Amino acid sequence: MSDFIQGLLVDSEAPAWLAAHRDAGTARWRETSKPTGKTEAWKYTSLMPLERDFTAPTAADMAEPSLPDFGGACLLFVDGQLQSELGSLDLPDGVSLVRFADANEAQAEQIASRLGSVVDADKHLFANLNDANLSDGLFLHVADNARLEAPLHLVYQTSDREPAFSVSQRLLVVLGNNAEASLIEHFLGDSPAAFTNGITELVLGAGSRLKHSRLQLESGGAMHIGGVHARLERDSHLDSFHLALGSELKRIDIVVNHAGAGAHCDLNGIYLLRGTEHVDYHTCIEHAVPHCTTDEVFRGIMGDSSRAVFNGRIHIHPDAQKTRAELSNKNLLTSTDAEINTKPELEIYADDVQCAHGATVAQLDEGMLHYLRTRGVERAEAEVMLSYGFINELVDALDNEALREYLHPLLAERLTRDTRLTRHLA
Amino acid sequence: MLKIDNLHAQVEGKDILKGLTLEVKPGEVHAIMGPNGSGKSTLGHVLAGRPGYEVSAGTVQFEGKDLLDMETEERAHAGIFLAFQYPVEIPGVSNMEFLKAAVDTTRESLGLEPLDTVSFMKLAREASKAVDLDASFLKRGVNEGFSGGEKKRNELLQMMLLEPRLCIMDETDSGLDIDALQVVANGVNAMRNEHRSFVLVTHYQRLLNFIEPDYVHVLSGGRIVRSGDKSLALELEEKGYGWIEDVA
Repeated sequence: MSDFIQGLLVDSEAPAWLAAHRDAGTARWRETSKPTGKTEAWKYTSLMPLERDFTAPTAADMAEPSLPDFGGACLLFVDGQLQSELGSLDLPDGVSLVRFADANEAQAEQIASRLGSVVDADKHLFANLNDANLSDGLFLHVADNARLEAPLHLVYQTSDREPAFSVSQRLLVVLGNNAEASLIEHFLGDSPAAFTNGITELVLGAGSRLKHSRLQLESGGAMHIGGVHARLERDSHLDSFHLALGSELKRIDIVVNHAGAGAHCDLNGIYLLRGTEHVDYHTCIEHAVPHCTTDEVFRGIMGDSSRAVFNGRIHIHPDAQKTRAELSNKNLLTSTDAEINTKPELEIYADDVQCAHGATVAQLDEGMLHYLRTRGVERAEAEVMLSYGFINELVDALDNEALREYLHPLLAERLTRDTRLTRHLA
Repeated sequence: MLKIDNLHAQVEGKDILKGLTLEVKPGEVHAIMGPNGSGKSTLGHVLAGRPGYEVSAGTVQFEGKDLLDMETEERAHAGIFLAFQYPVEIPGVSNMEFLKAAVDTTRESLGLEPLDTVSFMKLAREASKAVDLDASFLKRGVNEGFSGGEKKRNELLQMMLLEPRLCIMDETDSGLDIDALQVVANGVNAMRNEHRSFVLVTHYQRLLNFIEPDYVHVLSGGRIVRSGDKSLALELEEKGYGWIEDVA
């Protein structure tokens, strides 16, 4: 076993019922070898920053960050440790939230039977690492017909402790038939010693609807390799928003499995990089059954000498007739040293489908630029306004006003260090 | 105020304006009419400094300064406003953000302090009411999903907030129903004063029933071929442009 593989395994305490899961993950992780530039899925993303020994975090000691109020319950984790009591949360009938560590026998059984069920472990090696290091996690269950309208806000903050530590974040969401829920995952921290390995599993029952936002706002030296894996049963609807600010290393795999006819997925994403930051989004939509639809839009802006990777795969299986799937990826490079590696992949094995995909690397629109300048806005400010508009279009499509207002200034200040140029935004 | 002398301009290597001469004095309203392809819109774009519109000969002076030597935003700061025939949609940037940026930078160029947000919002709401545009349009993306008439009213809204010296209105009447035309005309008439001038570029005489011009010019083949008072517009309405092209 290489040092890389060993270095990322940490010692941690876990409930006994998770042992089988951890052991299986450990075994799979140990069988793998470090991906290299020749590994297709890791061609443009170097794992060099992870070449060191990581420890399991212990109880964190840091001041609570100030957090926005998105209108629902909020839970804060610092270095993977939950900072509040779950019992004090006021959740609607039929909605339960359980820590793996606190699960009673029945709950443990429920979790164990679902955990990992939507993750293809062969294709996602860091999901194996997450299993191997798993000590705790959250289980959100929304019973048939129950509704969680106010968004559950989960904040994962890393501290600037030393030495290098690894947090295995795990969330399992199960929506019963015709259930509805709203969820915001929010990652913060800038320490170069912090590595988060996050896995979120979303299991949507028939006719259910989930609004899910995953905000990867870690910056600076922070590293995150994670994934969101979803399974959509008949007529369910996943409304998904992803945002990644650049940092030392970020890689997010998003996998959506259409498993029941009539399922729909809206998948929007933004990445915003500067300096020497790196973000890699790999999305994969599996259309296994007929009559499902996907609308996927990712947009990115790369400045300075940053590098982004977008790989968007849509896989239409032979039985998936009457599929409609659209994928658009637009990129803006604001520096000649910045780089985007974009690759839409459409694999179609059914004949009666409607699919479209496109990837562009664009410049700012000259017509828009001129229009702003005819109104007196100077070129430099007009350019920043248009860059902002390019990504903000996806933010403005979010229906949570508090979330939009939280994100507006975050995006604006990332576009330029000159605050005069962003003063009319957000 | 505006002195255009023997202006020649090209778009994509093609001569469009071929020796246009026009003088607009403070407080005057000039209508520029002409058949399609005569260069009406090109004139507006050249004055606003649109990239790709090359001036090959002639001069344009605005309040004694060489207009052609100024950047687009400098022309705006100097008081030139072009109401676009096809206003541009900018999704993701709200109308309010856009308007505040425009007004602030214009004020700053005049050595004035930017307005505070509250005063500006009040002003913007009043102006949107005056152009009969619901205040909710201020929160939407710039012109995003606006109907043709809403876009034109949004142009008028910008014009009211920026208080330009010279307003060039490029086919503002096209695509407007009679009610919207009345709103736009009322806005323009309310802004008329002895210091502010207007150049109305239009294909039809209809607009001039609502905004009475001091002068009417006919543009054909890139030059002004006839000038007169408002009766010229009526003559054109009656006889069509073929008649002008014949005499020109």
